Amino acid sequence: MRERILALFGSEALEWAESVGKAALLVRSSLLWLIRSPLESRQTLIQMQRIGVESFLVTVMTSFFTGMVLALQTGSSFKSLFNEPLFTGTIVSFAIVKELGPVMTALVVSGRAGAAVAAELGTMKVTEQIDALYTLGTDPVRYLVIPRVLAFLAMLPILTIFADYSGILGGCVVAKLKLGIPTSVYWHEVFDHLENKQFLHGLIKTFVFAFCISYISCFKGLQTTGGAEGVGKSTTSAVVFSMTSVLIVGYFVTAVLVSLGIT
Amino acid sequence: MISARGVVKTFGTRHVLRGIDLDVQDGETLVIIGGSGCGKSTFLKSVIGLVRPDAGSIEVDGMDITRLKEDVELAEYRRKFGYAFQEGALFDSLTVWENVTFGLKYLTDIPASKYRQIAQERLALVGLKDVSDMKPAQLSGGMKKRVSLARAIAAEPKYILYDEPTTGLDPIMSDIISDLILDLKKKLGVTAIAVTHDMKSACKVGDRIAMLHEGRVLQVDTPARILKTEDPRVRQFVEGRSEGPIHMKLRDYDEEDSAAPAAPRAAGGRG
Repeated sequence: MRERILALFGSEALEWAESVGKAALLVRSSLLWLIRSPLESRQTLIQMQRIGVESFLVTVMTSFFTGMVLALQTGSSFKSLFNEPLFTGTIVSFAIVKELGPVMTALVVSGRAGAAVAAELGTMKVTEQIDALYTLGTDPVRYLVIPRVLAFLAMLPILTIFADYSGILGGCVVAKLKLGIPTSVYWHEVFDHLENKQFLHGLIKTFVFAFCISYISCFKGLQTTGGAEGVGKSTTSAVVFSMTSVLIVGYFVTAVLVSLGIT
Repeated sequence: MISARGVVKTFGTRHVLRGIDLDVQDGETLVIIGGSGCGKSTFLKSVIGLVRPDAGSIEVDGMDITRLKEDVELAEYRRKFGYAFQEGALFDSLTVWENVTFGLKYLTDIPASKYRQIAQERLALVGLKDVSDMKPAQLSGGMKKRVSLARAIAAEPKYILYDEPTTGLDPIMSDIISDLILDLKKKLGVTAIAVTHDMKSACKVGDRIAMLHEGRVLQVDTPARILKTEDPRVRQFVEGRSEGPIHMKLRDYDEEDSAAPAAPRAAGGRG
């Protein structure tokens, strides 16, 4: 019985180590292709449209309501503690710009675009379209992975900037209508304390998140086996790993940025 | 000329190829026949470098694929080949003409302005017109196979590899595809390897037929001699009989049942 359990854990650990190694090779391979071959610019633009532009509305909506909830919670808590909804604008803007904007955007994009990438690449794998790329003189890393990684890296920060503004605006709506804070006071609270380095803090995170989501989604897609069921599994797995990595990596990046004074 | 010597490939514990020796002369069409899982497609994919053999060599015009390691070398090697996939493997997001000319950007120096015209010519060669702007999802199975053939010949390769070119098609469409393969050979003078189960098509398009069984070559000969073979295993396959020296199980539990006749069927619930 003990041997069985050990064998089970052992094989899981080996599979995990193998996957990490393969993912690292994918990153290496994409860097090599990026250096030695021209960029698939048309593919990159198409992916920017799919990953960025088509995620715009859902990202902005999510952030808007997150800002609203945040303002309501902060304002009502401070009202019960101090009889005044103090610093609502400051707290909403700090939370959105430094943490919730980048994280919520990354989660939404990994659920929407990351899943789509994994499903598309997975379907291409099981229908031999990936093999076809090799026989037609190119490489899936060059034709499929690099454009998607670049599109994530370009679009996630842009989406996050819009999400930041949307979230703060959502907070403003609640501050005005539910908490009775004048709009000018709310915006003073926002801009009196918010500095460029807080924007930078959030922005740096988005690049790390984009890197994680893009490579996890592409890797899971390219590793797909087993027909339609396999595509479903790799899509689910891509979303779960992407979202988990955003939350875990988010903490460590924050810790590094705080230690560097970018806070 | 393609020359394979002692090609071995194992997936986990499954020995798919156990030492394949085959030669394909310039201008010849070699058809590889054999039961499902005998290693035909694996061998075909080894020839173009989609599968890396564990041992042996595959030389094409003196270049050994098993010794090529760099992506650039492999890309140069693959330039000689066109590959027609079993299910077409057409790119869903591209139109038919974009599929046909996809490889030209990477395999040739032809300017992009000529792609559309080349696509029309290649599609005409496989008997298709007015489908250029359609997406693969709008095509029938036979049309997809033809577009796949058009894509395989777009860059005018020296060698064409056909993976089950007639599988899943009705008998008339199968015969049309066989005629197309013959036609392409006549017009383009290509050397080809075709993998198939379809004996009628194999006899029609093949200059020689090689029978694979359990990862080994049983016999290589002209279609006429293969049809009159003395080898009981080749004979069984050619005649399409379930009884004979090649044992293909009707059910997974057949062997277990014969080994233990008293065992109840319900156990395990397999099959």
